[in-house]
Amino acid sequence: DTIPNVRPSPFSTDEPPTSLEDITSYNNFYELGTDKTDPKANARFLKPRPWTVTVDGECAAPGEIGIKDILSSFTQEERIYRLRCVEAWAMVVPWVGFPLGDLIKRFEPTSKAKYVAFETLYDPEQMPGQKRRVLDWPYREGLRMDEAMHPLTILSTGLYGELLPNQNGAPLRLVVPWKYGFKSIKSIVRISFTEKEPPATWTRMQANEYGFYANVNPAVDHPRWSQKTHRMIGDGWLAKKRETLPFNGYGDQVAELYAGMDLKRFF
Amino acid sequence: MSVRYGKPLVFLLCLVPLGVLIGRGASGALGPNPVEAITHFTGDWTLRLLLVTLAVTPLRRLTGQAWLVRFRRMLGLFAFFYAVLHFTTYLWLDRFFDLGTIAEDVLKRPYITIGFAAFVLMVPLAITSTQGWIRRLGRRWKTLHRAVYAIGVLGVLHYLWLVKADLLEPAIYAIILAVLLGLRVPWADLSARLRSAMRRRSWMAPERR
Repeated sequence: DTIPNVRPSPFSTDEPPTSLEDITSYNNFYELGTDKTDPKANARFLKPRPWTVTVDGECAAPGEIGIKDILSSFTQEERIYRLRCVEAWAMVVPWVGFPLGDLIKRFEPTSKAKYVAFETLYDPEQMPGQKRRVLDWPYREGLRMDEAMHPLTILSTGLYGELLPNQNGAPLRLVVPWKYGFKSIKSIVRISFTEKEPPATWTRMQANEYGFYANVNPAVDHPRWSQKTHRMIGDGWLAKKRETLPFNGYGDQVAELYAGMDLKRFF
Repeated sequence: MSVRYGKPLVFLLCLVPLGVLIGRGASGALGPNPVEAITHFTGDWTLRLLLVTLAVTPLRRLTGQAWLVRFRRMLGLFAFFYAVLHFTTYLWLDRFFDLGTIAEDVLKRPYITIGFAAFVLMVPLAITSTQGWIRRLGRRWKTLHRAVYAIGVLGVLHYLWLVKADLLEPAIYAIILAVLLGLRVPWADLSARLRSAMRRRSWMAPERR
């Protein structure tokens, strides 16, 4: 299904996008299986309609919002972003979506709202990967309020001009292009404003490997992967790896969010 | 069926995974990240053939079929063959022979350190697998080739430490390895010796009242 009236965005990169085939057949979405090929194979179980997102916590106007309302009330833009996975591979993805900030404003967060917490659907019938306790379900992630309000941060509803395929986190997922992919939580059912740093699934599981900030940073190695270079999916097997840039190349726009912070400590 | 026909058959069977891999490569069926796919495929088959090799001796003892041991060397060498493919994929397609990052990997990342150690340990075993070396080394050959137990343990640890969250698959390898190594422990012998040792102790230190 094509999303109507998608506007181009000056935030898009002009790098050639990864093929739709690769973007939809190589996924880390443990709710649909732990192999990269599982999410596509199990995509049929997920039912992205009807879909309601609950918004609550430190805000003046808590409530619910349905996916149809989301698609019609926020201007959908195409955002072609680099996506860098913590496993040292990358893609260029033509997302369709809108700034997370637009949705946040509607629920009027209070001055106590310092963070935004996200939660994925928990339903082992729709997400067969949840039948085994591989992760501490439901998947949770969080952002600091200024990160959430940053114009580069979007909620994505589509890919290549069409509604988001299930294996990519339908019907609504977060995209934060300067952070490792695991921050970009999929199939969101709850958004909460909190005063304290909310729990993030991977961080709680292995805090020495996956930090809360998870900004792409070639200077801080993951214990299992060097983060200095990455493989661009679609480059072919004799292609050299590419140099990884701080903040995934979005440093000009986002580095100031972390002014004065020791990024080796808050990785 | 005699060993004479069995050997070529096992040889061909051991080449089937390589054929599958080449087939997938030629038909573009290795997926969006072919280098990762080749690495995982060759790693899986190294471990599988290592376990098959380690299964020969317990199987021979359990079934009394002495001829089984005639396949052991070939199976071990095929495990080494897939390990060479696995290691070459890493050196060439993953690291492009960049010695700096390879050294960093080996020193800093435990799963690579361990995998590297397992591979290095396999080399002398492959070299000394010939009839000539068996003769020359005599008794020491057996001692040297016990290193295969360490290789098995290191190989499974290499896989366990590489996985992010879902330990199911490496755990299956670990359990099979534990069974195969456990079957080598002379349990009956051990418990008999333990029991007699305990009897002797109570007899030597009688209670005083």
